[in-house]
Amino acid sequence: MALELTHDQKMLQDTVDAFLANEIYPYEEEVDRTGKVPIDLGRQIEKRSKEVGLFSANLPESVGGGGLDYRGMALLEREYGKTSHALHSWIGRPTEILLACEGEQREQYLLPCVRGEKRELFALTEPEAGSDVMSMKTNAKPDGDDWILNGSKHFISGPKMPDFAIVFAATGLDETPRGPRKQITAFLVDVGIDGFSISEGSRCVSYRGYNTFQLNFSDVRLGPGQILGEAGQGLEQAGKWLGMNRVWVGASCCGKAERLFDLSAEWAATRKQFGQPIGKFQGTGFKLADIAVELRAADLLVVDAVKKAEKGIMTDSDAAMVKLFCSEMLHRAADHAVQIYGGMGLMEEMPIQRLWRDSRLERIWDGTSEIQRHIISRSILRPLGA
Amino acid sequence: MKILVAVKRVVDYNVKVRVNLEGTAVETNNVKMSMNPFDEIAVEEGVRLKESGKCDELVAVSIGTSSSQETIRTALAMGADRGILVETDDPIEPLGVAKLLKVICSREKPDIVIVGKQAIDDDANQTGQMLAALLDWPQGTFASRINIENTKAQVTREVDVGLETIEINLPAVISTDLRLNEPRYASLPNIMKAKKKPIDIIPITELNIDIAPRVKVIKVSEPPKREAGVIVENVKELLEKLRNEAKVIS
Ligand SMILES: Cc1cc2nc3c(=O)[nH]c(=O)nc-3n(C[C@H](O)[C@H](O)[C@H](O)COP(=O)(O)OP(=O)(O)OC[C@H]3O[C@@H](n4cnc5c(N)ncnc54)[C@H](O)[C@@H]3O)c2cc1C
Repeated sequence: MALELTHDQKMLQDTVDAFLANEIYPYEEEVDRTGKVPIDLGRQIEKRSKEVGLFSANLPESVGGGGLDYRGMALLEREYGKTSHALHSWIGRPTEILLACEGEQREQYLLPCVRGEKRELFALTEPEAGSDVMSMKTNAKPDGDDWILNGSKHFISGPKMPDFAIVFAATGLDETPRGPRKQITAFLVDVGIDGFSISEGSRCVSYRGYNTFQLNFSDVRLGPGQILGEAGQGLEQAGKWLGMNRVWVGASCCGKAERLFDLSAEWAATRKQFGQPIGKFQGTGFKLADIAVELRAADLLVVDAVKKAEKGIMTDSDAAMVKLFCSEMLHRAADHAVQIYGGMGLMEEMPIQRLWRDSRLERIWDGTSEIQRHIISRSILRPLGA
Repeated sequence: MKILVAVKRVVDYNVKVRVNLEGTAVETNNVKMSMNPFDEIAVEEGVRLKESGKCDELVAVSIGTSSSQETIRTALAMGADRGILVETDDPIEPLGVAKLLKVICSREKPDIVIVGKQAIDDDANQTGQMLAALLDWPQGTFASRINIENTKAQVTREVDVGLETIEINLPAVISTDLRLNEPRYASLPNIMKAKKKPIDIIPITELNIDIAPRVKVIKVSEPPKREAGVIVENVKELLEKLRNEAKVIS
């Protein structure tokens, strides 16, 4: 990587590199071909990642996590981005939203996740409410001290069948200067309780072997202890995490782009046509130059956002810029890679087509490119009164 | 028991090395540097001996520029307890390294010194042997297995005819071969802990050792490019070519 790293960061990177090379790369092709991660393999990745301290590296040491700073996490996510979510998501990084757990919730949800004994899902998206989160139909109505949850979620993803889901549901209406606004509350909902059914959703051509789940709630009774954080504050809680998560998505896009770049450069230097390496034709060599420059710029955007986040001054727009640029940079890099490989780029025995398919998702999840542009433009125009 | 491991900073084994423009050395500017792989094996062996309770303190020593502190940090992150850097900007030949390590040994009084059998930059394969001679200690070179029992070490060595196991008295110098172990990568908690472990920096001049080079490098050049092979039709043609073109049989 072209960015300057401290020696500690280099050691961290070497550890993750070695981990990927030993524990993950050997299985990528088979997992992509079969669309499944055998449970033993998943467990093995989980176990080995605990041994080297990568599991829960994102969470503070006070709850048993690795206590890695944002810069370190960005490095980790960048390395993980080189491979598939189907595999690297077994190296658990429980969502930071769980840090809002209080009292018994800590032993019930947070700590088992840190230890890798339980897995959570983050359930926001619905069939009728994707980009338009506020149109969500899933709702919870009070019943004495309890809440009754109804609705459904889809595209909710994870490496395996979870133990519980963090479900966002409308719990009332707030009057605001811009009209009524739904109150959203986050609930901890255990898999297996009455009225909650969960099934494997559609199969995705990106990250084959990474599962999406469909969640249905029919009069699910939840006690007051199932609210995560404060009632009505669900979106604010999620928003804080989503911002940082967008930076991680950006970092992972840089990693994947670097892998595509390395493969492309190697190919351009060795594949010969018309008596010379194809990289010597400007049509090919200049593509490499473009990817290299854009990748550098994307990496710097991540570093910039991380620095701001460490000072607590990163805005939604900062995070949106990272997510937008990095995922679109990756898209161009992946397309160039296929072109540089020619027909071989589309053949299943080559990793290019897989990375190209995987790349496509990055412009969609965690807020589409259009939504990121919306966030950025809104932050420009709103202060001007528009 | 105290174990000293020597670690050298070299061009990473994955890097395709190039000769510098002046033709005097291998280019090391903007090149990834890492711990010599045989030294990683030495550190790993030391860490395993610590984990088995046989070693109480593991000290990593490097001789080189200030950047060699990074190599020591890597050893600390793998599990060594503390580091010593003999700092110098000059390249030191194996005899110089052995003399410097001898001084460190007289200060530290280790029971075992474990070194890599060679460093992948100059491939000299001399330091361990020279150090043993200077210290007048027994040596077990090219170790593929080490077993420590009280004041003795059994060392299985990879030699041309197979495996040879010798028993040597401690203190001793042992050099590692490739198959001794598979070095671990530093875990995240150990990388964090390594930050707090001490590294003692000794300027080379303080040790007053004659490290003047004995060997003069006249020129460094790339090996000749391998020519493409030819496919022969049959055995007869092969023999004919071996006899008349390659002139390796008569
Ligand atoms: C594999 C996978 C895993 C996922 N995992 C999770 C998960 O774990 N948890 C979770 O909650 N969600 C998850 N999602 C959902 C994901 O975040 C959504 O797919 C994404 O937010 C887009 O929503 P949508 O698919 O409904 O698209 P839509 O919102 O229907 O968008 C369709 C198109 O319309 C455009 N569009 C929509 N609104 C606007 C607008 N205002 N301005 C301009 N263009 C607009 C979009 O940009 C897009 O191009 C996952 C999705 C996938 C594919």
